[in-house]
Amino acid sequence: MAYGETQAMTKYEPVIGLEVHVELNTKSKMFCRCSADYFGKEPNTHTCPVCLGLPGALPYTNQQAIDDCIKIGLALNCKISEKSLFERKNYFYPDLPKGYQISQYRWPLTVNGWIEVEGREEIRRIRINRAHQEEDTGKLTHHGGSTLIDFNRSGVPLVEIVTEPDFESVEEIRDYSKKLQQLFRYLGVSNADMERGDMRLEANVSVKREGESELPKYRVELKNINSFRFMVAAVDYEIKRQIEALEIGERLSQETRGWDEDKKCTYLQRSKEEAHDYRYFPEPDLPPFFLDPKKIKEIKNSLPELPWNRAKRYQTKLGIKKNDAQHGRKHKIIPQEIANYLINKKSDINTLLPTQIIEEILDKRVGVIENEEELEKMAKEAMTENPTAVDDFVKGKQQAIQVLIGAVMRRTQGKADAKRAREILEKLLK
Amino acid sequence: MKLTKDQVKHVAKLANLPVTEEEEEKYSEQLSKILDYIDQLNQVDTSDVEPTFNVSGQTNVQSEDKLGVCLPQDDALSNAPKKENGFFVTKGVFDNE
Ligand SMILES: [Zn+2]
Repeated sequence: MAYGETQAMTKYEPVIGLEVHVELNTKSKMFCRCSADYFGKEPNTHTCPVCLGLPGALPYTNQQAIDDCIKIGLALNCKISEKSLFERKNYFYPDLPKGYQISQYRWPLTVNGWIEVEGREEIRRIRINRAHQEEDTGKLTHHGGSTLIDFNRSGVPLVEIVTEPDFESVEEIRDYSKKLQQLFRYLGVSNADMERGDMRLEANVSVKREGESELPKYRVELKNINSFRFMVAAVDYEIKRQIEALEIGERLSQETRGWDEDKKCTYLQRSKEEAHDYRYFPEPDLPPFFLDPKKIKEIKNSLPELPWNRAKRYQTKLGIKKNDAQHGRKHKIIPQEIANYLINKKSDINTLLPTQIIEEILDKRVGVIENEEELEKMAKEAMTENPTAVDDFVKGKQQAIQVLIGAVMRRTQGKADAKRAREILEKLLK
Repeated sequence: MKLTKDQVKHVAKLANLPVTEEEEEKYSEQLSKILDYIDQLNQVDTSDVEPTFNVSGQTNVQSEDKLGVCLPQDDALSNAPKKENGFFVTKGVFDNE
């Protein structure tokens, strides 16, 4: 696919990589036990010496966050590193109380994965460079001539997913972003709400002459864009802007740009001269992680069926068309529900449209199961069914509860709130 | 190894420290001496020593995901030179976060 066929002889290809940040919905923060539920709370009421960066405070890693990051990595076909370390990313900004962010650089938790995306015509694989663990920064509000800081968000667990520069069109970007959002919700690791900032997108965009194998020497970072639609518009604009610049012999440089929705164009935020020099080095306050293959396997077994695999299964086994399958996938409808519907209604399968079935099933659904007794009953059944997991948990293997949560989710056909299921299981296992 | 004044300027900028011209001169000498000392250390043969970044010998230290106690807002803000309605206040930065 080539851009710029009409205006010039030379054809160009965009080179695009994406970075996605997702905030995890753990109870506590990444390196302290302050509440991570900061949205709409009184400013600076969820802080402690660790997340305020006070001298002498020591970080303590949140186990659930590490497990969630591994889940995301596994779902994206990443390899889980045997050894993983946190590092300090050093820079000065008022939202960063320590003067550095604890992140990962040379030893990320998970690396080298892939995901299939749908573009204009074909399905292609996008390579995932890494999914690593880090912490969020405080929140800044600009007010008159000064800046107000709220550190409630400081230290909330954040997973960063970086692709290789493999995207060829904005359609692929849209599909990728939507797939990731759906994945986070399926795994129950984040609400992935873009407007609230649970999920943030950044794109690195450059263009090269068609067929050229070498990557361009510059890249433009598109940042602080809080919707799929704006991101797609910004990338589209940027590709055209860069081609036009190259056509008139301009040299493009490394810079950060944002999206102006009113003017429908990108604008310069930061140029190369101000580029950061992060001086990463291993975080001396956090010992290394050696990840146990047995534990990784347990986490892998606890994963629900992934949304794209489910859609594929509908298509092949049930002969449902792609769009209908995606529709069903979005609402977590499982074949059993469709079968029940058809049997109960004695419907004529030849006259019913799949979309219609899905709509009606959704109408009948009460949404998430909120009935405490019903959930408790299923939790008990899940425990009877999985005595080993119960045993392991009682013996102190926290991870074993994942198996039980998985069993409850299967029983409720995905209609239970995984967080609530965990709470009930924890109560019963006490 | 001699550290140039430009390098000192760069390091000072990264560390967000204001440095006078006089200090640039002084620090370039002092920091160069530290680098010389590191050079001396570098002469030790460490080819069969595993690099380490943490001397505690511990691994996989993790804590359960449960809530602890936070500081009251007043305490959190008690060292702030400037505060307003529960926020820390600093001079304006306009790079959209
Ligand atoms: Zn804290």
